[in-house]
Amino acid sequence: MSAGDGLFEQGVAERVLARALANGGEFAELFAERRSGLTLAIDESRIEGVQSGAEEGAGVRVLSGGTTYFAHVDGLDPADLERAAGEAAAALRAERAEPRPLHAEAPAPLPVERPPGEVPAARKAELLRELDERSRAAGAEIAQVSASYGEARREVAVANSEGLLSGDDRTRVRIGAQAVARREGRVETGAETLGGHQGFELFDGDPAAIAEQAAGKALTLLEAGPAPTGTMPVVVGGGFGGVLFHEMTGHGLEADHVQKGASVYAGKLGEAVAQPLLTAYDDGRLPGEWGSDAIDDEGTPTQKTLVIEDGRLTGFLHDRRSAEREGVARTGNGRRESFRQLPIPRMTNTYIAPGEAEPEAIIAEVEKGFYAVSFAGGQVDPATGDFVFGVNEGYLIEGGRVTRPCRGATLVGNCLQALAAIDAIGDDFWMKTGICGKGGQKVPVGTGQGHIRIAAMTVGGTEA
Amino acid sequence: MSALAEHAAAAVEHAGGAGAEGAEAYVGEAETREVRVHGGEIESLTAATQRGLGLRVWIGGRVGYGFGTELSAAGVAAIAERAVEAARVADEDEFAAPGEDSGVPPTPVGLSDPSQGEWSPARIAELALAVERSALAADERVVAVEQAVYFDAAERVAIAASGVAGGEYETTSCYAYLQALAQGDAGRETGLGFGLARGPAALDPEAIGREGAARATEMIGSSKPPSRSCPVVLDPTVAASFVGLLGKALGADSVQRGRSPLAERLGDEVAGEAFVLHDDGLDPAGFDSAPFDAEGTPRRCTALIEGGRLRSFLYDAYTARRGKAASTGNAGRSGYRSPPAVSASNLVVATGEKGLEELLGAAGDGVLVTDVAGLHSGVNPVTGVFSVGASGRAIRGGAAAEPLREFTIASDLVSMLRAVRAAGSEARWVPFGGSVSAPPLLIGELSVSGS
Repeated sequence: MSAGDGLFEQGVAERVLARALANGGEFAELFAERRSGLTLAIDESRIEGVQSGAEEGAGVRVLSGGTTYFAHVDGLDPADLERAAGEAAAALRAERAEPRPLHAEAPAPLPVERPPGEVPAARKAELLRELDERSRAAGAEIAQVSASYGEARREVAVANSEGLLSGDDRTRVRIGAQAVARREGRVETGAETLGGHQGFELFDGDPAAIAEQAAGKALTLLEAGPAPTGTMPVVVGGGFGGVLFHEMTGHGLEADHVQKGASVYAGKLGEAVAQPLLTAYDDGRLPGEWGSDAIDDEGTPTQKTLVIEDGRLTGFLHDRRSAEREGVARTGNGRRESFRQLPIPRMTNTYIAPGEAEPEAIIAEVEKGFYAVSFAGGQVDPATGDFVFGVNEGYLIEGGRVTRPCRGATLVGNCLQALAAIDAIGDDFWMKTGICGKGGQKVPVGTGQGHIRIAAMTVGGTEA
Repeated sequence: MSALAEHAAAAVEHAGGAGAEGAEAYVGEAETREVRVHGGEIESLTAATQRGLGLRVWIGGRVGYGFGTELSAAGVAAIAERAVEAARVADEDEFAAPGEDSGVPPTPVGLSDPSQGEWSPARIAELALAVERSALAADERVVAVEQAVYFDAAERVAIAASGVAGGEYETTSCYAYLQALAQGDAGRETGLGFGLARGPAALDPEAIGREGAARATEMIGSSKPPSRSCPVVLDPTVAASFVGLLGKALGADSVQRGRSPLAERLGDEVAGEAFVLHDDGLDPAGFDSAPFDAEGTPRRCTALIEGGRLRSFLYDAYTARRGKAASTGNAGRSGYRSPPAVSASNLVVATGEKGLEELLGAAGDGVLVTDVAGLHSGVNPVTGVFSVGASGRAIRGGAAAEPLREFTIASDLVSMLRAVRAAGSEARWVPFGGSVSAPPLLIGELSVSGS
């Protein structure tokens, strides 16, 4: 595909950019998008919630001084795009600026072998039935199962007043399974997902295994006792366990927070923020991963960025504006949920690189502690670094062994202290998919790590 | 008929042509504006127009949904095709059927403030700047404002369905908020201030800024409380967050699927007598008020918890049919991109007799919770068991004392409701997790875990 194909004519983009700079401004950009998708679910063993949609639209922004002027419209009618450019420029009062001629240059989109749009919808319903059956077969105490399938294609095109004309064609698929286990009065839930920047080839292996895993979690929790309360060593599982790093450190590395002084990592570039065993990356180019794209939503090619090297803070995640403000190179992290939002620095696939410890040994060294396998989600205040995480699947560690599952634990702490307290990193590494929210915008992100251990952390349990 | 209503009617017609036995179309159009300011400068100014159509169709007991932004005749026909194709993939559901004609109710007065459109971009930017200035001027320990934001929307909605009279209405709304940063000896504290109204003239930027400043500075010098069970007072924002969760548990869809802690509890004692809850879809101050819900059923006021007992769940047409009840007009939707689903409109917790000071006095020795974090992850929606991060103040000798942070409160929704001893006399509209009006609540005993 060549840049802008099918979304706007090059001549239209040139007129829109000229109109956007008619009242001045240093920079103007047109971002256009067409998105289409299908979602369906199975609940009570019945296929339902079948939704199919297609939308298109564009956003025009003008940067002047420190201010962003932005307008967006639904639809790609050239007249509407020009009107949006006029609205974005309306509050400006300076002299006309001239955009540079456009020069098309787009990296190849990430490969998609089997576009999901070409797979019959009935096959997707069949996949959900497999998930449903597999989960129900996991145990007699599985009372309810639900599962969902989602596919989305986003074609994007970016043109800006510096002459950039680029585009991308992104396809993502994802399935999720949720199981509810019941024993007398007790009810527990378990969930698991599988997703990627891929086509239907993602489901070539044994996708229904996630349904069995979700059921397994719910059944395990039936055996769960109260969670411990107090400060203790915490071992965090791999894969989605990386959401802890994503929340407590990743957001603080996003340059907008840093530049506002609203990050605990502001001014710490080059300093030790973790023990020397820890190295971490943000990589928007990982093949097939959920958080990958060929370009970010400003047309900057994505890249692999070293954020922590041997415990030292080495880099922040930038969009165009934050990079310019600091006079550093862009890192391809200017992302937006859709044409209806402004790009801001966002993570892509963020992970702690594999360490050298064996996961069993990491646990064996703990006399009394907590083992958090997966999280229900979490929140962090970037300014103070305080965070809280709900543990979805957690266990007690006693005498170096995982002894019993715990219910309803939360991890409470402070980013700087918790990151510095990581004293073991496992050699087992895998990635998981997540949906990250920031400033009201949700984007797909990957999280990953092997098992890690935090030497001391507050566990808010269910024991009073 | 407006252009919006015409698009809706055309979609219903196309759906019939494509093979649907019943259809319901929703067209939404919105003009929104947003200003973000920081450090006395405008950070961004956004103007947007959105318009799209969502179409739900029925073929026998199969339901499908299609949506799109292309509203030309060909575009609407394509949306109808998508919806019908979607329905063919779905399994049959004996309770799925188009809604019944319940007539078009009058639009409640006070849902829109026509003067909103008269506020120029420069004037709404000035309002946001005033919010920021007010926080900085309120207390010298406020060193910065992370962001101050003003947002407004003018929305029009039209619906049409096969065999049913269509309807349309318009609303306006706006809000402003800020996150103030205060510098203490041990680090920075943040504080949220916010206000919402039908139009900018009714917002008080000074008060919003002062609230953010007060919440941030009050947290300076905070420490972890000891773990114990004690009386707890939830401030209105925290009470509203929990009530928002309760609204989900009261949805008949969660109940019928056995995913609510309130399933099979109708008529049971589920709350202290002091906790009285209504869903009011007509209150002009509530942002989710409208003449009819997302399926065209008239909005109304429904008693949910009264006299300590669970009186009703929230129903849309589907769950009403399935539960042999009447729709309570609680089909909600977040826009044309998603189909209707059961949701609370405006949840209103009745006020009591006592002011906040008196509630603190009645608590004697306990904890005042002014903020909770991780509600979406720390609560099990099926059982209602929760453990969430919190911050607030100690209550000593019946008054608010030193600030507290990094503790968790844990219980389950029903146990907490049953422990409600009193509701405060002053309620406040809170927009997080739905539209909720709540006063402060005194909980007799709750587990607090800190150090």
